[in-house]
Amino acid sequence: MQFPESWLRSLVNPALDTAQLAHALTMAGLEVEALTSAAPPFNNVVVAEILSAEKHPDADRLRVCQVDVGESSPVTIVCGAPNAAAGLKVPCARPGARLPGFEIKVAKVRGLESFGMLCSTKELGLEGAADGLMVLDADAPVGEDFRSWLNLDDTLVTLKLTPNRADCLSMQGLAREVGAITGAEVRLPQIGGVAERIEDRMPVQVSAPEACPRYLARVVRGIDAQAATPRWMAERLERSGIRPLLAPVDITNYVLLELGQPLHAFALSRLNGGIEVRLARAGETLELLDGQIAELAPDMLVIADAGGPVALAGIMGGKPTSVERVTVDVMLEAAFFAPAAIAGRARRLGLSTDSSHRFERGVDFGATRQAMERATQLLLDICGGQAGPITEAVAELPQREPITLRLARLTRVAGIELDADQVARDLAAIGAGVERQDGRLVVTPPSFRFDLAIEEDLIEEAVRLFGYDNIPAQPPAAPSRMLPQDETVLADDSVRQMMVDLDYQEVITYSFVDPAWETALDAAARPLLLANPLASQLSAMRTTLWGGLIETLRHNLNRQQERVRIFELGRVYASLSEQPMKLGGLVYGDALPEQWGAPSCRVDFFDLKGDLERLFGHGLDARRGAHPALHPGQCAELWIDERSIGWVGALHPRLVQAFDLAAAPVLFELDSQVLARRSLPRHAVLSRFPQMRRDLAFVLDVHTPAGELLAALRDVASDWVRSIDVFDDYRGKGMSENQKSLAIRVVMQDTERTLTDQEVDEAVQKLVGAALRQCNASLRA
Amino acid sequence: MRNPNEIVADALAAIQASPDLQTLEQVKAGYLGKSGQLTELLKSLGAMPADARKTAGARINEAKQAVEAALKNRRDTLQQAELDRQLAAETLDVTLPGRGLGHAGLHPVSRTLARIQALFRSIGFEVATGPEIETDFYNFTALNIPEDHPARAMHDTFYLQSGELLRTHTSPVQVRHMQTHQPPLRIIAPGRVYRCDSDVTHTPMFHQIEGLWVDETVSFADLKGVLADFMRNFFERDDLAVRFRPSFFPFTEPSAEMDIGCVMCGGEGCRVCSHTGWLEVLGCGMVHPNVFRHVEIDTERYVGFAFGLGVERLAMLRYGVDDLRLFFENDLRFLKQFN
Repeated sequence: MQFPESWLRSLVNPALDTAQLAHALTMAGLEVEALTSAAPPFNNVVVAEILSAEKHPDADRLRVCQVDVGESSPVTIVCGAPNAAAGLKVPCARPGARLPGFEIKVAKVRGLESFGMLCSTKELGLEGAADGLMVLDADAPVGEDFRSWLNLDDTLVTLKLTPNRADCLSMQGLAREVGAITGAEVRLPQIGGVAERIEDRMPVQVSAPEACPRYLARVVRGIDAQAATPRWMAERLERSGIRPLLAPVDITNYVLLELGQPLHAFALSRLNGGIEVRLARAGETLELLDGQIAELAPDMLVIADAGGPVALAGIMGGKPTSVERVTVDVMLEAAFFAPAAIAGRARRLGLSTDSSHRFERGVDFGATRQAMERATQLLLDICGGQAGPITEAVAELPQREPITLRLARLTRVAGIELDADQVARDLAAIGAGVERQDGRLVVTPPSFRFDLAIEEDLIEEAVRLFGYDNIPAQPPAAPSRMLPQDETVLADDSVRQMMVDLDYQEVITYSFVDPAWETALDAAARPLLLANPLASQLSAMRTTLWGGLIETLRHNLNRQQERVRIFELGRVYASLSEQPMKLGGLVYGDALPEQWGAPSCRVDFFDLKGDLERLFGHGLDARRGAHPALHPGQCAELWIDERSIGWVGALHPRLVQAFDLAAAPVLFELDSQVLARRSLPRHAVLSRFPQMRRDLAFVLDVHTPAGELLAALRDVASDWVRSIDVFDDYRGKGMSENQKSLAIRVVMQDTERTLTDQEVDEAVQKLVGAALRQCNASLRA
Repeated sequence: MRNPNEIVADALAAIQASPDLQTLEQVKAGYLGKSGQLTELLKSLGAMPADARKTAGARINEAKQAVEAALKNRRDTLQQAELDRQLAAETLDVTLPGRGLGHAGLHPVSRTLARIQALFRSIGFEVATGPEIETDFYNFTALNIPEDHPARAMHDTFYLQSGELLRTHTSPVQVRHMQTHQPPLRIIAPGRVYRCDSDVTHTPMFHQIEGLWVDETVSFADLKGVLADFMRNFFERDDLAVRFRPSFFPFTEPSAEMDIGCVMCGGEGCRVCSHTGWLEVLGCGMVHPNVFRHVEIDTERYVGFAFGLGVERLAMLRYGVDDLRLFFENDLRFLKQFN
């Protein structure tokens, strides 16, 4: 909400300068978002009249003007504006004047001395058309200081009001508030009843009394709708961000700003019969003031005549019945519409009006008549005409029930004891009725406060008026209890740090992605879709982290980053109940940063797998599998406890091409909850006896996975076989084309005694037998 | 008998001339070995008369000692030279960079989240989490934001076609936690939140941390104490100015906005603080009784406070990042600055 400071000060004028007033408002919860000058600084500009304008003898485009600046004799000013003409009143900058960006001096213009400058709006830094001189009203007082004549030393205050403070959406409400927080005297406009000169009454029937507990209508005949809006009113409207249009409309807008009561003026001749306030019927439409044809829903309140809806109650009037320049008779409406009957409707129609904004939040139902009288008086004063009596329909208005504020509760919530008398005075100052009882205040809120209904509301109000800054900031007292530390669960932060230690940079990518990525990575993916995405490439909830990781890779490759190692720890989304946390990673480029001390080689599947083994702290059960996004020959499914927990592999060549990459990144994604599970370490007795090592080279089919051989060997190994590992995979020379040789290291050690050669030999025989049986692997000759 | 002094003179010359340890050992053998010159000389003593033997023996022993001393001396010298050669040969250019992996780091948002969590954990807050796809109930209704409430308009909500929504704040975690835990409670809930808004100062996804403290004696003064303490520790400035302004959130009452003195200009006024000297950093307040009612916590017995802060905003202020959008572009050059 924006308003000119001068308007507020005309109602309440605390002994504070602009900055202090703004601070007081902000600290009372009415946040001042901006203070802007009504006009940029300039001085020495007066209202002047052009007496004559002759062509410059030496320049076709210049005119030599004789200008009355309010002194005994006119001054000569050379002017280039095309609209300079005798009789115009214009702003004139006198010699010595400082304008935004330059200074005025007596100067020769094409040989003629010019004593000042006639100004355009642009030269003064004001809004408005820039071409030509700024033309002032014919009654502008020649010689008067231009700034003070237009009240330009004013400040525009922009408030960021919270939805609970609807009472401050008017100058009257703000004035009351400033009075309450500063103690300054408040002088609200005195509003009496206008003389009723005609008998015409508009019949009003309220068929939805809950939605419209109060409706006032009044006929005014014989107005001049084209009458000029007075400058003071136009100025206040403009400085509040409302463009003056037509006097009757300006008047209703003015009263809305002044008193916070939205009003509407109908062209009486366009109304067909009496007024009915009712809910819209299915299928009804209404052409609104903005030209939109609104399709009305049955929960929308309308003002209707015999022919159907003529206005969307509390939101916007209809175009066919709107006041126009030729309108002579009007019907003024002032009503109280219940917030619940208005809330949300405007938004559904894509509207937000000054009226709906106020009704949604609550308009003072105790001041409807006052607003009607105020608007009528202004209409009669400005547009003439004769007013009829007010027709009023009243149903059950909201009640302001007394609320009990327990002082002990106030102390408990605030943290310090507030002085009860002061609290009572503060609450009275905002217009509440306050009764002191033993240990409590019984408070009846005023009709304009819709935010005071329960004890907490009063606590907030009491603390607010006391000043949040006056409440001490105290370190709380709490029992010292240690937080549980589950040693068998790795915290997310630890997982992140482990990845960082493995030289993966953390990234955070959007949870919503391009649905095309999702289907490219897995044609069967059915991601959840947003109903209202910002853009189609941000419209699908990711089901994998890989889309974002690949996009991050592309983004960085485009920025000359050749080696990319990234990870993300974040959720993927299947449904409300299934939003698992995943750890995903991507490596691309060289295994190591380019360096003098190590040969350059591209990162591959086993680099990544090794990183994962380090992450888990043990070997992984990686099985061959098929994933639509991964290279069928370089892809493994990871298993723990017979549960699939994720995938690792090189991006499928089809996708490498689709994503326009020069080489395939290697990727992984796994369930981070499984990853986080750790067993508690358990000490086992260390052996004092020597360990024996046997190296076995097996020849087997090239397609038999090493994992199968290892599993077969481990299956038959004695308890005292400590480890069985692969240390070489040889193919080529000396081997047939479909064979390979796997070198296996077997380490044996008992904790109780030294193993005998015979035991070791027998164990090896057992292993060799199993290898032959299970994997058709024979010892290499 | 050859004059021992002559032998010594020869020996010293030979020792001095030995270029390496091997030659030196040969020289030693030539004088002190089984049939070395001095050994032979000693052997010849037996044929001498007793009194001459004594003097000759003494002279030979002196000669022997002189040779041994010279040998030792030369050996030390040669060994030292050998060591020097070895050290010289093994000398590295230690100014070359070390070998191995590169260095990666946490995303600045994670780093900031971790810092915030560490500070709150240090006074006994536990970390709680909740889903990002939420229901209308948890995101709004249970937080005292009924349908059509004007506050909903402030939330620019993303909806799924299935009817659920993306949480607009981390506050739903409060509700979920209170449904399943009994007071006293002290939690913070970090996580992603979503608003249908994108421009220079808004990204459609960002991070919040929600805080909640429910106990029998928690007050607005405590709320101020905890949050002022937090901000001063987060920015490591004991003299950081803070202020609390009345505000409105449907789920707290009294509600407040917390401002800190601008950490960029020290309150003088700059572009970052819009020349006000203050930065709005956090919304907070005492838990609204309607929220307690939804989770069946006795409002007479318990009070609580809650707060929610924007993580990116704090990261920007802490590390001097001037463009919010950088956080989600994931340009490695940007991210590596925080390693």
